[in-house]
Amino acid sequence: MIIADKTKFAETLDALAGSLSELPLEDTILVGIQRRGVYIAQRLAALLEAKTGKKVSQGILDITFYRDDLSLVALRPVVHSTSIPDDINDKIVVLVDDVLFSGRTIRAALDALADNGRAKAVKLAVLVDRGWRELPIQADFVGLNAKTKYEEKVNVKMQELDGEDLVEVVEKK
Amino acid sequence: MQWTKKDLLGLENLTAEEITVILDTARAFAQIATRSIKKVPALRGKTVVNLFFEPSTRTRVSFEVAEKRLSADIVNVNIAASSVTKGETLLDTVKNLCSYRIDAIVVRHSCAGVPHYLAENIEPSVVNAGDGMHEHPTQALLDIYTLREKFGDLKGLKVAIVGDISHSRVARSNIWGLQKLGAHVTVVGPSTLIPREIERMGEGVEVSYDLPATLKKVDAVNMLRIQREREQQVQFPSLREYARYFGLSTKLIDQTPESLIVMHPGPINRGVELSGTVADGPRSVILQQVTNGLAVRMAVLFLVTGGTQIKEE
Repeated sequence: MIIADKTKFAETLDALAGSLSELPLEDTILVGIQRRGVYIAQRLAALLEAKTGKKVSQGILDITFYRDDLSLVALRPVVHSTSIPDDINDKIVVLVDDVLFSGRTIRAALDALADNGRAKAVKLAVLVDRGWRELPIQADFVGLNAKTKYEEKVNVKMQELDGEDLVEVVEKK
Repeated sequence: MQWTKKDLLGLENLTAEEITVILDTARAFAQIATRSIKKVPALRGKTVVNLFFEPSTRTRVSFEVAEKRLSADIVNVNIAASSVTKGETLLDTVKNLCSYRIDAIVVRHSCAGVPHYLAENIEPSVVNAGDGMHEHPTQALLDIYTLREKFGDLKGLKVAIVGDISHSRVARSNIWGLQKLGAHVTVVGPSTLIPREIERMGEGVEVSYDLPATLKKVDAVNMLRIQREREQQVQFPSLREYARYFGLSTKLIDQTPESLIVMHPGPINRGVELSGTVADGPRSVILQQVTNGLAVRMAVLFLVTGGTQIKEE
């Protein structure tokens, strides 16, 4: 079931950028979590520049080494790059991801960030919050709230990776 | 593609895709060395044993640092102070270590095939840190990583390996790995130090006895250490004569394009196979190789310890 088509996708990003524009952007870094979080962060940065005229710093983060299930998954997940260009000390880091589910990815991201310095504050912006938290983690900026069953899967497709902008809820096979 | 093996025994039996997975993973680990906290929890709670039957500075230290930066617990076994001196067999030694439920063994041994023998007989992952004259996969991987960072795609790249090829596990692993990624290898050295029929190895290796001519035709040259002890044997008249014909001197390097990359696995005999000026010069990537070695070894340890659970099917 499609819960956001191309138009809704764009409106959602725009609304998110609107909320983020309230932050002191000169002291903010948008850190996208690999992989789709990175593209969402890039789009948000572009929207923020269009709205406010200010360029926002960006970084990318791969949390593979900080996952809490490395001993449980037999095969190693593919690792992508991490690059946080500025010193995060005294900056507000906004973690950006596509879907917030159990919260474990964000927990790993917080640990990864802690090994990169001491941010002034860390906030979380997600395109979709689908509930079912397994850890006490919350998003500060949410694009869409989706009520889902645990067995379902939320797929976010993006032009840059998948050729289209779309959010759908499907049955897990 | 995903890495599915529990061991790294050599490059001969790896596919190009598997080698690429290691190199890509190494790149992610290279970033960690640039942070102020140079550690990730990926191998937290895992135990790795370093079992070096032959001396080593570089490989040994870099594995140790790699293991520590992965948050693993490490044990360095001092062979000379162990019961090996009382005649305990290799397999008995290793099986006893495995009784501590360790996760990986990094082994260097003077006999070819030791890592393969161990891998067949024990559950923990085995990483080959050099077996006799057979393979030294992590050295070749870091050499290839270094070339990849410089040149990008290795297809069609021309690499020369110079020195005592016959006794070199570094040369052999490099040949396997480079060929799989599409590079072309030329080996250079006195005919007494080039193994017979090496031209038939893998996809075919070119043999040359003329270093100056070869240097004009290749993109990168990997200089191997000439073992000083071999001077006492009959393979070449003297170190000085070796250096004259097969050493990379300043005079020789000046006749090559500035784009030529100079590599060496270390330790260097300054003035023999490589002049000090060239080793420290602008074409040399020797210290980058060492830095890259750490990232490559972290990647290897990360990948093989993920492979330990696969056999439970």
